[in-house]
Amino acid sequence: MSTVDDAVTRGRNLTVEQLLLLAVGTGALLLVGDLILGVFDGTYNISRIGRYVMQGVLYGLIIGLAGIGLSMTYSILNFANFAHGDTITVGAFIGWGGTYLIGGWGAASIGHLALVGPQRGIGGPQFGISVMSTPIAIFGGLLLAGVGTALLAVLIDRLAYKPMRGSDGIPLLITSIGVAFALRYLIVFVYSSQSRGTTASVPSADLLLVDGYVSIDAHDGTLIAAAAALMIGVHLLLQRTKLGKAMRAMSDNKDLALVTGIPTERVIRWTWMIGGGLAGSAGYLMVLWTGTIDWQFGWLLLLLIFAAVILGGIGSIYGAIFGGLVIGVTMHMSMIWLPGGDFTTITAFLMMILVLLIRPSGLFGGKTTA
Amino acid sequence: MSDSSANVRSAETGTNIDTGTDTESVSRPATEYSDDVELAVNRLGKRFGGITAVDGASFTVESGSMTGLIGPNGAGKSTTFNCITGIHQPDAGTVTFQGRDITGINPYECVDYGLVRTFQIAREMANMTVLENLMLPAKHQQGEALWRSVMPVARREVEQQERELLERVWDTLEFFEIEHIAEEKAGTLSGGQRKLLEMARALMTEPEMLLLDEPFAGVNPTLEKKLLEHIHELRADGYTFLIVEHDMDLIMDNCEHVIVMHQGSVLAEGVPGQITSNERVIEAYLGGEV
Amino acid sequence: MSATPHSDYRAQLETLWEHDALKIVAVIGAIYLIYAAIGLVLGYSLDGIINTLRRMTYLIAVYGMVTLALNLHWGYTGLFNIGIAGFMAIGLYATMMLAKPADPSGAAQYSGLGLPVPIAIVGGVVIAGLAGLVVALPALRLRADYFAITTIAFAEIVRLGVTSGALQEFTVLGAELGTGGGRGLIRNYGDPMNAIFELGAFSSFVDLTNSLFGFGPTQARALAYSIVLVLVLAGFYWLIQRTSRSPFGRVLKAIREDEEAAQSLGKNTNRFKIKVFVLGCALMGLAGILWRFRRTGVTPTAFRPHVTFYIWIALIIGGAGSNTGSVLGSGLFVAILFEGPQYLRRVIDQVVAVDDAPNTFAGAVGPLLSADPAPLVRYTFDEFLTLQFVIMGVALILLMQRRPEGLLGHREETAAAIPLGSRPSGAGTGGSGGGGSRGGGNSSGGNSNDTGDDPGTGVDHNRTHGHSNSASTDAPDHDHDIEPRTTTDATSETSETSETNETTHTGGEKP
Repeated sequence: MSTVDDAVTRGRNLTVEQLLLLAVGTGALLLVGDLILGVFDGTYNISRIGRYVMQGVLYGLIIGLAGIGLSMTYSILNFANFAHGDTITVGAFIGWGGTYLIGGWGAASIGHLALVGPQRGIGGPQFGISVMSTPIAIFGGLLLAGVGTALLAVLIDRLAYKPMRGSDGIPLLITSIGVAFALRYLIVFVYSSQSRGTTASVPSADLLLVDGYVSIDAHDGTLIAAAAALMIGVHLLLQRTKLGKAMRAMSDNKDLALVTGIPTERVIRWTWMIGGGLAGSAGYLMVLWTGTIDWQFGWLLLLLIFAAVILGGIGSIYGAIFGGLVIGVTMHMSMIWLPGGDFTTITAFLMMILVLLIRPSGLFGGKTTA
Repeated sequence: MSDSSANVRSAETGTNIDTGTDTESVSRPATEYSDDVELAVNRLGKRFGGITAVDGASFTVESGSMTGLIGPNGAGKSTTFNCITGIHQPDAGTVTFQGRDITGINPYECVDYGLVRTFQIAREMANMTVLENLMLPAKHQQGEALWRSVMPVARREVEQQERELLERVWDTLEFFEIEHIAEEKAGTLSGGQRKLLEMARALMTEPEMLLLDEPFAGVNPTLEKKLLEHIHELRADGYTFLIVEHDMDLIMDNCEHVIVMHQGSVLAEGVPGQITSNERVIEAYLGGEV
Repeated sequence: MSATPHSDYRAQLETLWEHDALKIVAVIGAIYLIYAAIGLVLGYSLDGIINTLRRMTYLIAVYGMVTLALNLHWGYTGLFNIGIAGFMAIGLYATMMLAKPADPSGAAQYSGLGLPVPIAIVGGVVIAGLAGLVVALPALRLRADYFAITTIAFAEIVRLGVTSGALQEFTVLGAELGTGGGRGLIRNYGDPMNAIFELGAFSSFVDLTNSLFGFGPTQARALAYSIVLVLVLAGFYWLIQRTSRSPFGRVLKAIREDEEAAQSLGKNTNRFKIKVFVLGCALMGLAGILWRFRRTGVTPTAFRPHVTFYIWIALIIGGAGSNTGSVLGSGLFVAILFEGPQYLRRVIDQVVAVDDAPNTFAGAVGPLLSADPAPLVRYTFDEFLTLQFVIMGVALILLMQRRPEGLLGHREETAAAIPLGSRPSGAGTGGSGGGGSRGGGNSSGGNSNDTGDDPGTGVDHNRTHGHSNSASTDAPDHDHDIEPRTTTDATSETSETSETNETTHTGGEKP
């Protein structure tokens, strides 16, 4: 229905789209022009812009990393998974439970550690957890977050989505909203709704940038390294293995894939595992980076991830990464004009809506690359 | 089947552009806007990305005639249909209906002109009853204005119109002899019944010309005969038909005028006898079969 | 064919059940009875029980309104709106900003336009509708899932917008307004229900509730408020029934089924979609206003996506596409999923003294190792409100898996202004005068005559596609003249019909 629909309306609404595009393009040009002028006449501080870009890239890496999984399930299983955000939260809790157990062994009861320190005042900062002092705990936690969430994603698929295999995207989407709520409040049930700090402070380096400093700390560095490694890993996995080929085939045409003997159920399982694993890792890294964990940060990330995935074109992992970076940087750059940070999220959502309206197939035209 | 779809891709643009003149051997010259021309398609072109689906197709359909549009898979028949009825915007050429230019109109405007189409795969409103399906298409329904349907006094008029419309619906059901399925959900009907419903629904728009996209596809011989009877009856009433069909014999037996499309343009046009003896048609379409 | 009294009785009941309004009253009445019975058994005071029921009435009425509006969007038209909370928020915020006094004093920090409450409400509804228009104009051509993402993003933009400090106070065309930011707005004007509360007759209502249930004036007001909401719900139901049971509603359904086919049948579907989306959003705005306009203020947290989630569950319980189902669904949602767990918790709390629960999940699970489930049970009990959301989520999953057509089974109301069904008697024999024309009329007459071998074309089968005589003359909407027609030869056609019926049957039955 929808594809033919697109065909019907595409031609006629071209002018509307072009007008919108023109407006957006003009707006973007004006902003860039203002930015350049502002930099020259000193209204805008270069190091401040540098800090925004830095923060934006780091944030964008998390969004992009989490977006890969969403993009994969969106294109292979053909539905927008609204539970993806809460999968991220679960991953973070599982992983940080592991980190606490390793890094804080003996400092508190096992239960308290596994639950990421639900009681105030006995947590990561007190145990001195950081990538410098307890690198094994961090690495172990990241691993646990990935593996645990991968398994959880498969479990959720078994319970929630598998019975509905074959129904189209909308019922699955509604189901995923149910999954999202169930997951989110299970997190509260198990881990409590207390927001808590997780890491001790780490040394940072100040880089001189023209008129000021941009500081980068060890956790920023860890985030960049881990995200890059995971992204390259997924790239290799999908390019070099038969699995990647099967996934591409399935996202192109599921029926055809079935006929040609691709074990679709197995591919679906792997899709959930890879997507879930990346989501959990992204959640873990997010907590490492911000130093706090709470029960709804994943849900709040979800729409940003959607924005990234749509921007980059559904089905493309590189698109998701790129989209994440664009969203992250744009969000932070918006603070140049809209100070206070109240509007960063709004900016990202507006961007997503504009992309949907102007170019629903994403910036790269929606070609499935992986 | 599969190799013919490749035909579109290999269509050499340019060679067939002047199709209008290609057909001289088998058809009378197209008198474009004379009274007896119901529909005139002139040098229609449509591309999808790099694929040229319709490449300068020109033909006319006479008023009150039953015209067949045939051609191998991928010849551009369905795209031509879609361009005529506004589902696709043609890239080139014009479409004229009863002397009025309707090129690139919106799909919903066709009905206002008296032109209606059916789809290759019946597109019934599955979760609506047959009665609802048939009440939908009628034109000038006052109750389609929200306020009239809601406001108490205006509502009475709407109800009156609905009663009259329901009468017409029953008449149509009777004509197609499908009264017994009136209250069924359209989604539960058999394939043949869906075809009948689709045709009945098209008639409810009070058209002057019907474009039928493979109306006999997937229909058993008994029903096919029945459908043909209905079409002939309607034609006797003065309706004009343009029928896309795969089955060559069916078209030859029932249409007085046949258009053959190949690689996006019109290969031949004329009465069935001329078409079957046209060597280019035999070569392009019938292959070695004849 | 004499039926036993028993089956007769049963048939009677079944026909009664067919009446939608009755169905609603029966189901909701049953819910109330259960609640009241539990309360009585536990020896709750009468005013306590009535208060519980009042609260439920209020919730069912408000959720019922929104669910009906959503049914118009999703159930009828297939517009996947998951930004409900946003439109409700716009309605309420706009109303409050319009109604707040122009010069702020005391704790009420932000000024408004100082309009009378009824006008402010109308304004809020209109603004919610306009917001719908803003979303609809560009977004309606999007695929359902993209549309959904757009609407929820819109709702979040609204929520974050009213939360943000930047809009806490702003000036539009010289008028100072404000959303109050995260702390929200305080209602520093009279109770919007005062128009009713200050009526002379209302004091007798207060006396009545006092003598019946021992209510004080505040409780009496709350009760009156709930009753007003039920009346508004009835109005919603009426409006949406009319909207959906009409040619307008028929087009909506057709859009949901197959928009392209509807277009090729002459329907300008975009216009219908915009109209219905704006209408639904305006109604959501109104429901948002009525939901909270009596409170002392509003904060943005009221409009978290949870609200949207509730409404979707209610709609799916009742079965999308059915207005009656929407009201029933919100009744069942409130009774079972929304209020039920909390009521149950209260009941348990009263019946068995529950010991203090462990503070954390670890404390609850740990004793399981020594086979002591009590702490876990106590913890679960303590965290019941959290689990309630889990239950809702699981309920939604199970509904989608097992009963996507709704708990009450697939029920859809016919989209026509009159009852359809078997052919009205007297018709069908062509008695009404089988007049008719090819609707497009005149222009074709000439054309067909040129080619047709029968100049009297259109006579024989007029009945199949033309108006009956009365219809053609009554219908003022035809811009073509309708020629008078001869009466159809009915007999010949009927015989033809019976002759061929069999073939159609066999033909029809084959898949």
